[in-house]
Amino acid sequence: MATLTVNGEARTVDVDPQMPLLWAIREHLKLPGTKFGCGIAQCGACTVHLNGAPVRACSVPLSAADGGEVTTIEGVAGQDGALHAVQQAWIDVQVPQCGYCQSGQIMSAVALLRDKPNPTDADIDAAMRGNICRCGAYGRIRAAIKAAASQTPSRAAGGSNHG
Amino acid sequence: MGKWTRRGLIAAGVLTGGAFAVGVGIREGHRAPRLAGMVAGEGETLVNVWVKLAQDNTITAIVPHSEMGQGVFTAMAQMLAEEMDADWEHVTFEQAPAHEAYANYPLGKGYLLGDIRVPGLVADSLNGGMLRVAQNMSLQITGGSTAVRFTGQTGMRVAGAAAREMLVRAAAREWGAPAAEIRTEKSHLFHDASGRTAPYATFAAAAGAMSPPVQPRLKSREQYALMGQSAKRLDIPAKVDGSAVFAIDVDLPDMAYAAVAGPPVFGARVTRLDDAAAKAMPGVREVINEGDFVAVVADGYWRAEQAIAALDIAWTQTGRETLGQDAIYAQFRTDMARAVETGQEQRDVRSGDARGAAAAASQRVEAEYSVPYLAHAAMEPINAVAHVKDGKVDLWIGHQNPLGARDAIAKALGYDRHAITVHTCFLGGGFGRKSEADYPIMAVRIAQRFNHPVKMIWSREQDIRQDFYRPATTARVIAGLSEDNMPVSWDYQFVHKNDPVEATHIPYAIENQFIHFAETENPIRFGPWRSVDHTQHGFFIESFIDELAHAAQQDPVAFRRTLLVDKPRHIAVLDAVAEMSGWGRPMPDQRGLGVALVESFGTIVAEIVEVDASGAVPRVVNVWAAADAGFVVNPDGFTAQIESAVIYGLTAALYGNISVENGAVVQSNFHDYPMLRMDDAPAIAVRIINSDANFGGGGEPGTPPAAPALANAIFAAKGQRIRALPLAGGGRLA
Ligand code: FES
Ligand code: FES
Repeated sequence: MATLTVNGEARTVDVDPQMPLLWAIREHLKLPGTKFGCGIAQCGACTVHLNGAPVRACSVPLSAADGGEVTTIEGVAGQDGALHAVQQAWIDVQVPQCGYCQSGQIMSAVALLRDKPNPTDADIDAAMRGNICRCGAYGRIRAAIKAAASQTPSRAAGGSNHG
Repeated sequence: MGKWTRRGLIAAGVLTGGAFAVGVGIREGHRAPRLAGMVAGEGETLVNVWVKLAQDNTITAIVPHSEMGQGVFTAMAQMLAEEMDADWEHVTFEQAPAHEAYANYPLGKGYLLGDIRVPGLVADSLNGGMLRVAQNMSLQITGGSTAVRFTGQTGMRVAGAAAREMLVRAAAREWGAPAAEIRTEKSHLFHDASGRTAPYATFAAAAGAMSPPVQPRLKSREQYALMGQSAKRLDIPAKVDGSAVFAIDVDLPDMAYAAVAGPPVFGARVTRLDDAAAKAMPGVREVINEGDFVAVVADGYWRAEQAIAALDIAWTQTGRETLGQDAIYAQFRTDMARAVETGQEQRDVRSGDARGAAAAASQRVEAEYSVPYLAHAAMEPINAVAHVKDGKVDLWIGHQNPLGARDAIAKALGYDRHAITVHTCFLGGGFGRKSEADYPIMAVRIAQRFNHPVKMIWSREQDIRQDFYRPATTARVIAGLSEDNMPVSWDYQFVHKNDPVEATHIPYAIENQFIHFAETENPIRFGPWRSVDHTQHGFFIESFIDELAHAAQQDPVAFRRTLLVDKPRHIAVLDAVAEMSGWGRPMPDQRGLGVALVESFGTIVAEIVEVDASGAVPRVVNVWAAADAGFVVNPDGFTAQIESAVIYGLTAALYGNISVENGAVVQSNFHDYPMLRMDDAPAIAVRIINSDANFGGGGEPGTPPAAPALANAIFAAKGQRIRALPLAGGGRLA
C-alpha cells in the first residue's frame, strides 16, 4: 500500500511496492497520459514529476514515491483547465507528430522552465536529451521551449500547478 | 483530375438523424504504387471517402487512413473543406472504421447510406472483387505516402465538390433562383440578388434527395483558399494534455494484461517450457505456450513481464543458430559474384552496353556499399487489446492497415471477417512496422483463451527483436568516365529487389546502363521501413554519384546538374538547396557540405548536410532541404514531415544497426539501438517548391537523401569515403 498525492489529490494504491511508478500510474490510477517506451530509463516517455523533480517513472519503484507528490501530464494544466504555457507553446509551434513521446517531453520542459526560466541551448540539450522523439520533432521542441520561456516567464516559471 | 469520373462513383443520401452524407468510391488506375507481397497482384484499388454534414452545420471528413503523426486527418479535411467552401472552424474528422463500409457496397449500404442506388457496374466490382479490394485497400490505407496523392485528390476533393453542388441545387430550387447565382462561403449559401442566406444544414435533407453530380467541378489552383495554408493540426490539442488515446491506453472492464516472448531465432518453436517460477508469482493467471511464442497473462503488465523473465524456454533448432552478420554479408558477396560469373544477373534496367562502355572508358570507378538491418522502433511499442466473446472479436489497435489486419486475423484463425471489429487508435509511430499482421493475430490468439479482454504489450526488447527489418543490402557499382570526364556507363548490382520498383533507377542521363540484382536468401524477416527500398538505394546511388563527381574533378552539384537532362524539377530543387546552404562557400577544417537528391513517392527532395567531422562521431550541424511535391496542401505539416524524415534518416546513418549473431538479433533497447537526441539534432531548414506537377507524398521522401548527404559531407570534410553504415558504433569511421 502506498499513499501519494497525484495531481493534487490524495490517492492510495494497494499493489506490490516494487511495481514501477509508471504502471501504478497507468493501470491503477488510470492516468494513461504517461507513456511506456523502454522500461529502462532510456527514452523519457514515462517522465513525471516526483516531489517537483522530473523522474523516469518506469525506473522508480512505487515504494520510493510513497508519501510523495506526483504530477503527471494530466495535472499540468491549471485547475480551470487553462493550458500551461508549455502546452500552449506546443500547440503554437505544432510540435507533436505521433504525439507518443510528448507527455514526457512536456514534463521535462515544464521542469526545465521552472528551474531555468530563460534556458540556453545548452540548458535545453541537458534537460531534454533524456527524451527520445522518434518522429524527430527536436527542432520544434527547442523552439517551443523558447517560445514558452519568452511568452509568460512567470507562468512557465511557476511550473506545474500541483508539483 | 483526369480519369476519376470513369473510375469513381459518387453516392449521397441522408443518414438517420438528418445528416447529409456524400461518399466517393475510387478505383485507382495502374499508376497506383504497389508493394510486392502486400498486394495480391496487379489490380485496381478502391478507397471510399465520406463527408457528413450534420444538423448543426458541422462538417465531418471520414478519413480511411491512420494518423501516425503525419497530420493526415488535417490534410484530408482541408482538401474536403476547400471544395466544399466549408467553415474551417466547424470542420472535424473521424477515423473511418475498418469496415466494409469503406470497401464494399452491401455493408456500406447498411452502415451509412440507407437505400441509395449504386450503379451496377460498380456494385459488381465491389462485391466480386472484395477480397482483393480489401487487400489492395489495405496497402492504400497508410503507406507509400499515398494519402494526399490519392485519397485526397480523387476522394476528398470530389466528395466536397459534389456535396457543395448538391446543396447549391437544393437552395436554387427552394429559393427559385438559378444555381449559377448562388455562391457559397463558410458553410453558408448566399443569393445576393434576393438577399437570401442559409447555413448548409438547412438544405441537408433536400440535397440528400438529389442524385449526385456525375462530374463535380473542382477548383483550380488560383481558387484555393484552404489548400496551401498551414492549418493547425486537428489532432494536436489531444497530444499536449495526455488525452490522445493510443491502443496501449485502451482500458476495458475486467481487462487482463499479457507479455510475450518470441523466439530469439526466427522460425524456432518451443520445445520445453518451465513455468513453475512464473506461475508462483501473485497475479499471474496463465502461462500460454503457443508454440511459436509464449505469453503470460496477469493482473498487470509489470507482473506479466516479470513472469516472462522467470520462464525457462528451450527452442527448436532451425539450422541458423550459428548465423552471424559477417556471414550474411559474405553470402551477399558470393551470390553477387556468382550471378555475374554465370551470367545469371536478374535484369532491372538495361540500355546500351554498360560493360563494353566501361571497358573502353578512359577512367573506371568502382565501389561496394552495404547497409545493415534496421528496426523501426516506433515510440509506442507494439501492442493490441483484444476481446473475443461468443465468436466475435473486438480489436483495439494502432495499425497502418486495419482492414488488412482484420482479414489476416480472419484467415489465420478461421473467423468470418464480419465477426471481427477493428477499433483504430492513434499510432505512436508506424514507419511501416505497423502494416504487418503478426501482432494483431497474436493478440487475438491470446485473447481467445479468455472471455475477458486482454491487452498485449511487447517490451521494447521484443519490439526490437521481433521486427520486420529494413533488409541488410549490398550493392556494387562500376562506372566509366570518358576523356572529357562524363560518365558513359553505369553498372549497378544489388541484392533483394523489393519496392518501389523505381528505387533502383537513376535520374541521371548516362547512356549505357545495366541495373541488375542477384538472387540471394535473406535469412531475417523484413518489411517496409520508412521510404522502403529508397533508403538503401538512395544511399548507394547518391554516394556513388558523388564519387564519380570527384573522380571527374567536378563540383558535386554542378556534376549532377549536367546529368539531369530534361529534369527541370530536379534541377530546381538542387539549385534551391544549393542556394539555401551557401554551397561553395569556404569551410573550416574538418567541416564539409554534402548533397544528395532523391525522388520517391512522387516527391523530389534535395538535401545538403553540414557536418563537423572533427570528433569520433561526426556531428550534423545543419541540414537544408528543398522539396517539390507538386503542390503542398499543408506547408507547415509537410515541413514537419521533412524534418522528421531527415532525423529518421540521420539516426539510421549515424547509429542504426541491427546485427545478427548466433542466429538472433543482438540489439534490444535504446542503449544498444541508439537514437538521435536533442543534443545532436541539427537545425533543419525546409523550402517547398510548388511546381504544379502531380501531387507527391510527404511522409517518406525526406528520408532517402539524408544518409548520402551526410556521407558526402564527411568526404568533403576529411576526404574519407563512407561506404558502409552506420557511422558510429560499428567502428566504421576511423
Ligand atoms: S519508459 Fe521510462 S524512460 Fe523509457
Ligand atoms: S512525436 Fe512521435 S515520438 Fe515524438
